[in-house]
Amino acid sequence: MTLAASRDGYGAALLDLAEDERVVVLEADLGKSTKSCLFRAEYPNRTFSMGIAEQNMMLVVAGIASTGKIPFASTFAIFTERGFEQVRNGIARPNLKVHLCGSHGGIHTGTDGSSAQSIEDLAIYRTLPNMTVMHPCDDLSTKALTKALVNHENPSYTRTARNKTKRIYTEEESKLLEIGKFSIIREGKDVAILACGVMVAEALDAAENLSKEGIQATVIDVHTLKPFDHETMTSIAQKCGAIVTAEDHSIIGGLGGAVAESLANNHPTPLEQVGVEDVFGMSGQPAELMEHYGLTMSNIVKSSHKAIARRTS
Amino acid sequence: MRIIKDPSSKNSMMTGAEPTCEQRTVEDLQAIAKGCRREIVKMVKRANAGHPGGSLSVIDLLVGLYGTTLRVTTKDPKHPDRDRVILSKGHASPAMYSVLHAFGFIQESDLHTYRVYNGVCQGHVDSKWTPGVDFSGGSLGMGLSYGLGISLAAKMDSKDHFTWVILGDGECQEGEIWEAAMATVHHKVENLTVIVDVNGIQNDDFVDQQMVMGDLSAKWAAFGWKIKEIDGHDMAEICSAINWSKEMVGPCVILARTIKGKGVSFMENNPSFHGKAPDDEEFEQAMGELA
Repeated sequence: MTLAASRDGYGAALLDLAEDERVVVLEADLGKSTKSCLFRAEYPNRTFSMGIAEQNMMLVVAGIASTGKIPFASTFAIFTERGFEQVRNGIARPNLKVHLCGSHGGIHTGTDGSSAQSIEDLAIYRTLPNMTVMHPCDDLSTKALTKALVNHENPSYTRTARNKTKRIYTEEESKLLEIGKFSIIREGKDVAILACGVMVAEALDAAENLSKEGIQATVIDVHTLKPFDHETMTSIAQKCGAIVTAEDHSIIGGLGGAVAESLANNHPTPLEQVGVEDVFGMSGQPAELMEHYGLTMSNIVKSSHKAIARRTS
Repeated sequence: MRIIKDPSSKNSMMTGAEPTCEQRTVEDLQAIAKGCRREIVKMVKRANAGHPGGSLSVIDLLVGLYGTTLRVTTKDPKHPDRDRVILSKGHASPAMYSVLHAFGFIQESDLHTYRVYNGVCQGHVDSKWTPGVDFSGGSLGMGLSYGLGISLAAKMDSKDHFTWVILGDGECQEGEIWEAAMATVHHKVENLTVIVDVNGIQNDDFVDQQMVMGDLSAKWAAFGWKIKEIDGHDMAEICSAINWSKEMVGPCVILARTIKGKGVSFMENNPSFHGKAPDDEEFEQAMGELA
């Protein structure tokens, strides 16, 4: 079992993209953390420090994108939010091809505590017209999806995680991922677990445990929250009839919210949400915090039982 | 306005048949500005909404730019090598629309769509809707950062197009302006000039009542910018400041002292005409004064 952090995939992708001269990288004093430092080391002439000034960075990348270049800008997920209105009015509204990466998303970030643990980024960026919103689960999928952004026609926000979790994909598998398409990584007929980010590994463990009880679970890596794959969502809901979502994010407006909207509109189905219950985080080791906030394999198993029990057969 | 003769040619930076800065006199520019003032008041009157005060204060500066140095072409408003005009105080859109009309980017009929459903001339300047508009404004404080991005990209590619960013003095209360002011100097961006329309009034009241700005010149200088202070309604001074900033090793800021509502007596220096249309009687008076 290989452990890896999705933020490393972002750094690796930038290096791979460097041969495209249009690619430009911006940082706001956190390049060592988001891993854009790898690009800076090789391509200092195409890397710009914006200092600790995120609002300015959002419009600078917008201006750069308006000339046909493809800028990638990163900081902590939480600090992208400081420039939210800039993203809204300066990037999303004119639909400029700017790619933002927010690292250190979620409670899993750990000991820095609540100020650094964004649990609302996926929700807020999902509300912006034109924006693509992604939250890949491991380094290889982050790398593949970030590389795909170079040909993407919209601005995007990608959340990565600070800490290592189980690698889910092989290099070859990761190359098959498509922005906006669910990745089904395990198939079963009894319940569908939709997860993103660090919770995908938990979801796979939960499915393994459920199978010992004779419950066959589908596990989906929802690496792209927007555009949302309604078509696959509906077919999975028809097949399984019970849905669980799992995310290191508020249960309001993120993956659970997106799934709830899709189900309510297209195929009402019992849904149980595993996520942060509308509270802020605190300091602690990632494992302690995941346990405290219920972001665990065992809570996904429990929620699966509940969703199955609510199914009208 | 200089003309990019043949967008496909490598020598596309030729000046064309239209009058250039050498050929337009100060009197020509003053006449254009007066015509724009009339259109500004008419637009706001027709829409019964909008921002006449800050449009009338900034108009001479815009006409000075478009009428002299600006390298743009109506045939290809998105030409990659064009100079950019970033109207960061995007609510002064009637001024921008009147200038774009005066220089042939949009038609007279387009001016009638100001603030109208599905209209070419949106409430605040918007690059998606209006030919010749480079920046989608309407939220203060963002234009300098955007212009910096464009100029950084030009510098990377050794291109010589120039970026002009127009700010309000009230707008300089936004922190992002100073983030961008720092970053412009840090990255040694020289193909960019800021023009501040210092009209002394913001939405609610006089600037000094809302938030004392102190010595703007000293503030910009402290951030490493080269400063020129001018009368923002004196066309000769405007033209000379524009030339000054192009000849200097930038970045430069032109602090243009202006009068909010300039040209319409009852709007001049009157905070209530920041964002209000004239009534019928006031409109007639304004048209008489701008005849």
